[in-house]
Amino acid sequence: MTVPVPYRVTEREAETADTATIVLEPVQVALQPFAPGQFAMVYAFGVGDIPLSVCAIDGHRLTHTVRAVGAVSGALHALRPGKTVGVRGPFGTGWELPAAAGLDLLVVAGGIGLAPLRPVVRQALAAPERYGRLNVLIGAREPRDLLYTEEVRGWPAALTTVDRPDSQWQGEVGVVTTLLDRATFDPPSTAAFICGPEPMIRATAGELAHHGVDPERIRVSLERNMHCATGHCGHCQLGPLLLCRDGPVVSWTRARPLLMVREL
Amino acid sequence: MTVVRHGFLGALSPAHREQLVGFAKEVSFPGGIRIFEEDGVADRFWIIRSGLVALDVHVPGRRSAVVETLGEGELLGWSWLFEPYRWHLGAQTRVAAQAYEFDAERVRAARAEDPAFGLAVTHCVAQVIARRLKATRTRLLDLYGPPA
Repeated sequence: MTVPVPYRVTEREAETADTATIVLEPVQVALQPFAPGQFAMVYAFGVGDIPLSVCAIDGHRLTHTVRAVGAVSGALHALRPGKTVGVRGPFGTGWELPAAAGLDLLVVAGGIGLAPLRPVVRQALAAPERYGRLNVLIGAREPRDLLYTEEVRGWPAALTTVDRPDSQWQGEVGVVTTLLDRATFDPPSTAAFICGPEPMIRATAGELAHHGVDPERIRVSLERNMHCATGHCGHCQLGPLLLCRDGPVVSWTRARPLLMVREL
Repeated sequence: MTVVRHGFLGALSPAHREQLVGFAKEVSFPGGIRIFEEDGVADRFWIIRSGLVALDVHVPGRRSAVVETLGEGELLGWSWLFEPYRWHLGAQTRVAAQAYEFDAERVRAARAEDPAFGLAVTHCVAQVIARRLKATRTRLLDLYGPPA
């Protein structure tokens, strides 16, 4: 769908000081179902549109977590129930969790990178018989930046670390890659799903590959300046890839050489 | 004695691991206990078997700042390997912890007597230091902060 379809905000929950989760429902026409990892272009009328990954999928309801960092994201963050936005999508590639059947699952999220990974965790928890062990590793800047804290508390085998602890924090401190030592997984039989800042993706995927996880089974979500989301404008180009079409989720086999090129 | 085979010990060859573990004694720490203090004499070191230990820096006039946590299989303390053998940081258990404790002087003596063992241990400690340095540099990037 290349023309925005009106969706109404039906719920809004503040996650942190600058981040909120909004639930959207179609006003009339619903978009095709989204898969975990795919994204929508969400249009704040009169301001502009930005790509937002789905962080929960429930029929035609779309849930997005948005961090206010610019004009459009600020406008979307400020929305309250009853307001209407335009939505295009679904766009891009997904995490392809079913392809990981029978394997240990390692979900590694940095900052707001947990948002697109949440549906992966939910689907894995909903069908534990399909997969091996599930490990969820979460890194954030500060405790107050952690997302979905109540839900994460209920996830078995979820480990969280922060870069800057406050005086109340009794958990782990350090980069998220240090949590890999605490996770229980068999590298040759593991599928990894990674989303976060690109240096964090590089460090995590590189370490997993070093420990024997097949780079083809390491899926990473990349982000560039997505505009048209249909593979025409070229703003999201990363080497030979147009990430709105060929991504955002790609294998480490494809991503690694591209992320090692300066100024690409 | 059950030997943790990953983490620091896992990086040693079986022979050197056995040699090092020969110096170990099993110890337990309750949660919230200070294990060592910054600038104290680094006469021991530990390999954590379970639990969580926080490394902290003394900040005058404020509470100590936790800079890193260490868990199962990780080396606690490397200042014992280099003069002046003084701790660079303090350490406190977050929760109850179990560890192998090593007498630094005995290990240093064994290192001097057996250069191959000494090189192996030093190499493993250097890997730990390099990894922590890399992690520290990554954190300096403030990756999760607001976009510039």
